[in-house]
Amino acid sequence: MKTKRLLVVLLLALLLALPLFAQGTKEAAKPEIRVLLANHPYGELLKTKIPEFEAQTGIKVNYESLQESQLTQKLTTEFATKSSTVDVFMTRPLQEGLMFNKNGWYEGLSTYGFSDYPANTVDIGRKDGVAYIVPLVTEWQVLYYRKDLFAKAGLSVPTTFTELENAAKVLTRDGVAGIASRGSGAAAVTQLSSYVYNYGGNYLDGGKAVFDTPEAIEGIRYYGRLLGSYGPQGVTSMSWENIMPVFQAGKAAMWTDASVFYGQIVDPTKTSIPAADIGVAQLPRGPKGDSPFIVVSWGMAMSSASKNKDAAKLFLDWATSKELAKEGMFANITMARDSAWADKEVRAIMNPGLVETQAHAAKNGYPFDRPFMSAVGAARDLIGEVIIESINTKGTSTRLEALAHEKARAVDELLKADGEYGI
Amino acid sequence: MVRQGFVERHLRILFPLPAVIFVVVLMVFPVGYTFFLSFTNWTLTSGRPLEVVGLKSYLQVLKEPRFVQALGRTFYFTFASVIVEMLLGTTLALILHRNFVGKGLMKTLLLLPLVATPVAIGIVFNLFYDPTIGILNYVLSVLGLPQSGWVSDAKTVMPSLIIVDIWQWTPMITIIVLAGLAGLSTEPYESAMVDGANSRQVLFRITLPMLMPTILTAVILRAIDALKTYDIIYSMTRGGPGYTSENLNVLAFKYSFEYFRMGQSAVMLVFLFIIVMAFSLLVMRLRRIFEM
Repeated sequence: MKTKRLLVVLLLALLLALPLFAQGTKEAAKPEIRVLLANHPYGELLKTKIPEFEAQTGIKVNYESLQESQLTQKLTTEFATKSSTVDVFMTRPLQEGLMFNKNGWYEGLSTYGFSDYPANTVDIGRKDGVAYIVPLVTEWQVLYYRKDLFAKAGLSVPTTFTELENAAKVLTRDGVAGIASRGSGAAAVTQLSSYVYNYGGNYLDGGKAVFDTPEAIEGIRYYGRLLGSYGPQGVTSMSWENIMPVFQAGKAAMWTDASVFYGQIVDPTKTSIPAADIGVAQLPRGPKGDSPFIVVSWGMAMSSASKNKDAAKLFLDWATSKELAKEGMFANITMARDSAWADKEVRAIMNPGLVETQAHAAKNGYPFDRPFMSAVGAARDLIGEVIIESINTKGTSTRLEALAHEKARAVDELLKADGEYGI
Repeated sequence: MVRQGFVERHLRILFPLPAVIFVVVLMVFPVGYTFFLSFTNWTLTSGRPLEVVGLKSYLQVLKEPRFVQALGRTFYFTFASVIVEMLLGTTLALILHRNFVGKGLMKTLLLLPLVATPVAIGIVFNLFYDPTIGILNYVLSVLGLPQSGWVSDAKTVMPSLIIVDIWQWTPMITIIVLAGLAGLSTEPYESAMVDGANSRQVLFRITLPMLMPTILTAVILRAIDALKTYDIIYSMTRGGPGYTSENLNVLAFKYSFEYFRMGQSAVMLVFLFIIVMAFSLLVMRLRRIFEM
């Protein structure tokens, strides 16, 4: 009886220990890496190509695909608790780059060939001269518009903010909103940025919050007036996920947002508007400027905690290669590599609206669409409060200056707490 | 032989050990660690290692107006949804306790909201609630009623979220109360019949008082869940428009995963923990009084 029980216990212990042996044999066979991708079109493209990489190199790639904010959460949790087994990951340089760099979570890329990238896109991921992020995708602000509705109303595509407001006014009728853009506080910060720049304002200057200057306030008021008067109902709770279906259902005549959505709004399986009726134009110029944002929305990086750096580097080189960048362009993804834009085959099939607006933004644009700081999440919520106040009052709020001033000081406090004030 | 003796003598400890380890690692440790973090200033955006700062994070959180508002909203959401769910759920249970055609079908249909995932429910309700392309505003316009902003309007967002909670959780109360009804002894009813009590007296003097312990159990379960609600709110509004639908859990989530202020987020969760504990103890005491 006694020996029987002991046997059962021992057997159980043995069974529990089995996975240990399994891992031991697997590791010796071939290198394995863990890759975290975003569910961005480029991440989707990589997923279909990974088997090719595995066949070429014999490296086993375990990938996971996550929604962008969940990707940040997962990476942060794993890195902060020092339990990460991630080797390579997609990253948002403007949203998390500073914080990741500060905490030393990126691996330096001193041997990577960056000559095919615009210098300012690489500089964003640079610290003390070392680059940490390979730029993948760039995006810039554009104006999507309905050619059929413009023709019917006898309007031409707006080139100034005055014309934009007039067009929005004329086109708001029969249940169609004249213009849509993000209105939900924090999410709106990126889309508002170009409006603020075109009014001569900015979010940060010299490491200090400056979105309470008269220029910036004018931009915020204009944005509020536009969306409050001619925007879709409930715009203050709308991010791009909510606006896209409204535009696709034909309920908005214009939409200012990032260039990345073009592919999805002309996709006949998702939209009820014929592709021929959808135009892409540059964001109209404002009274004091013509600089839409053009940013590196996604990059790729290696984890400094990676235990398989050679395999990880191979994957990084492959995933950011010229060949795949070209494939990306074919899928309407606007890649960061210069060579991808210069490619003849690519130019032959790209939407001319995208090519033109990219050229304009690359020449005149500003490389940030949000306050570039570690505590960007908290800062976006603070600026978001000002945006919502402006939209709710159609830009007429009498307390907007005071509110913006209060929030700008709060952003200064964040900068001070993180040691980034005045730098 | 000595080893065998050891196992033999300690079987009582050895067999539950895996379960004990599970509870310690997955429940006691996280709660303890959260308490520890609440006394630190751990903030990932600063890049500095965590420091123990005593009650500093508590003071910062208490000074934050969003925290106070979220606290109020947590109670508002819980009381409003649980009270309506109680009334509706008990009424439904009393109706379903009678015999009528289609009772089985009714019961099955009632179970459906319970088995759906909150995030899926959130997405579907967001489609209903959409002010431009949603069906609810369409119905309102057909009926000639004024349209609502539903979750996209700061004034209507909380009631709209409470409606979703009621839709999902009323059936749970119904099921618990139905089970309670089935277990009631028949003797008091027989005496009531002999004494000539009318149906209203039977309901208010016999059925409901006897059901009270069951109803209170349902209240505890629901209220604890409602205090901790996160999934429906985050999937539908992310706490917006502005901050107008943030409850404690959503705010704590934002603090840790959008602002990366882990210390302050832990403080909020400590408060939530204390509230849920205090509430459970209170209702459990009430329940004992009713049972006596």
